[in-house]
Amino acid sequence: MSSSMNLNRSLVAGVLSAGLAVMAGCEKPPVDSEQTGYRGTGMQDVDNPRIEAENAALHAAPEARESVSSEGPRAGEIYQNVEVLEDLSVAEFTRLMQSMTEWVAPEQGCTYCHDGKDFASEELYTYQVSRKMLQMTRDVNANWDTHMSDNGVTCYTCHRGENVPSETWFEEPSSPKTQVAAGLGNVQMQNMASDKPAYASLPRDAFERYLLGHEDLTVEGDTVLPTADWSKSLKGTEASYSLMMHMSDSIGGNCTTCHNTGRLGQWDESPVQREISWHGIRMTRDINVNYMLPLEGNQPEARLGPTGDIAKVNCATCHYGRQLPLNGTKMVEDYPGLIGDEDPNFDYMQFGDLGTEGLSGDNG
Amino acid sequence: MAMLDFEKKYRVRGGTLLGGDLFDFWIGPFYVGIFGVLSAMFAVLGTVLIVYGASQDTFNLWQISIAPPDLSYGLALAPLEEGGLWQIITVCALGAFITWALRQAEISKKLGMGYHVPVAFGFAILAYASLVVIRPLLMGAWGHGFPYGILSHLDWVSNVGYQYLHFHYNPAHMLAITFFFTTTLALALHGGLILSVTNPQKGEPVKTAEHENSFFRDLIGYSIGSLGIHRLGLFLAVNAAFWSAVCIIISGPFWTRGWPEWWNWWLNIPIWTWGG
Repeated sequence: MSSSMNLNRSLVAGVLSAGLAVMAGCEKPPVDSEQTGYRGTGMQDVDNPRIEAENAALHAAPEARESVSSEGPRAGEIYQNVEVLEDLSVAEFTRLMQSMTEWVAPEQGCTYCHDGKDFASEELYTYQVSRKMLQMTRDVNANWDTHMSDNGVTCYTCHRGENVPSETWFEEPSSPKTQVAAGLGNVQMQNMASDKPAYASLPRDAFERYLLGHEDLTVEGDTVLPTADWSKSLKGTEASYSLMMHMSDSIGGNCTTCHNTGRLGQWDESPVQREISWHGIRMTRDINVNYMLPLEGNQPEARLGPTGDIAKVNCATCHYGRQLPLNGTKMVEDYPGLIGDEDPNFDYMQFGDLGTEGLSGDNG
Repeated sequence: MAMLDFEKKYRVRGGTLLGGDLFDFWIGPFYVGIFGVLSAMFAVLGTVLIVYGASQDTFNLWQISIAPPDLSYGLALAPLEEGGLWQIITVCALGAFITWALRQAEISKKLGMGYHVPVAFGFAILAYASLVVIRPLLMGAWGHGFPYGILSHLDWVSNVGYQYLHFHYNPAHMLAITFFFTTTLALALHGGLILSVTNPQKGEPVKTAEHENSFFRDLIGYSIGSLGIHRLGLFLAVNAAFWSAVCIIISGPFWTRGWPEWWNWWLNIPIWTWGG
């Protein structure tokens, strides 16, 4: 056998094994695709119908409980220590309590939040958490229609039968090893596998920056060439990109869901989803700063993250990989007690854009 | 056009792939052949259709765009103004490219040479076909092809890349890029080496292959040789086109999520948990 034949064989073997390595762990056709822009622009969403089918149960909304009379005495008159739902009828109040139990603590039942001997007791931390979460749900349903339209949310939108929603985030511990080795520079929270940037090497602290804090996400300048006034760095761009990875991943979409990517910053070429998502970022800040952080002190240690912080929300907390949580089922229509009163002073520009009046506490 | 002195010797009729003696002749320096005729017909028809398409919209060179049909047409034919033009132009382009490759093959055959050139060109055709035929077939719609326009095809490239969140994590894309850059590196080194030896200053003698080999042995301890460098060049260039084709065919038909997530197989191999 000539040596050139040997060479040819090893070349063929090399190419084949490289090909196999590429295909390992891949999916297979057929796939579903949806066009979201003008033909030929590549504005599309591609999904694997087998994976979608596997997750179908997670995205199905539970049946609503039979509706009950809104007549009769108010819950606030009959029960003690009702602060949030005092205007519901006793029947409506009981129905909502039962639904909440199914949505959040189906195994533990009423006593997950209530003292079994005294239902009005505020002893359990879960009681305080659920009161705050009811306020939050009523607030976002009443005020954040710029993000949710009339779809609304219920406890189930996030909890899906779990005590704590399975999609939450904790602050990233700043590892004592901020450098790989002397002289190799700061690792800048990058280059570690994490689902936060959807497994890219991008920074893992984008939620702290944009969903708890209110750093400016914009990195694209409005002039062709950089100017002295435009101080956005590559590093800033990577942090921004990191949040975008999460947003795309958590709605089961991709960058083209919100952007014509040739001109990412240009609003007039962006689908309406970009505007909806812009409001979603502000709504998430509202939830994290005004409702999650104040609960941090009451949490038992087991509920806290590696830096001692409370679990916080991001896009996946409601969306779970779908553009419309629970496939757009308007669950809240069956539970009017979860819609609060609209705040006449509500201004979505006060969540870090023109001001921070909407953000209380530490970050206000 | 004057014939070079050696050309007359090789201008012998016969040995065609197809068409016998019908187009077995030369026009100026060009060999015609049946494939030359077909290639010219496809190219002219396709170009005229692009100009027609432009006339319906704009003659601004940057903005001319012949877009594929909506995804809703699936693999069916679309009306002329709604992507049908793109479909016919795609047939013309493939027809022109493939007959061009066959013309190369026919000339090789007539000259009794190997078929390396048409085979190499075939990989470029494969890369084009993977974008506008193979991947659209696998995904079930011609609308997955790219639009024929200077700026519009760039929008398509950008958006399709971003459908997978971060295309640089596509393993075949990594290979393709590596091969493209290595191709240019090899070509620059080879071109530089040959010129440095065979194109000396006035009055200097032309050097030999021994100089070429000695240079690279001095530099890196090894010289691939004057035949080997061309094998290497062909290998690198063909692989660049091949892995480009693979990287777009797997995006969609064989992977629907972000490319960074594909690498989770690396996190899941058991070496990280061996020994507890």
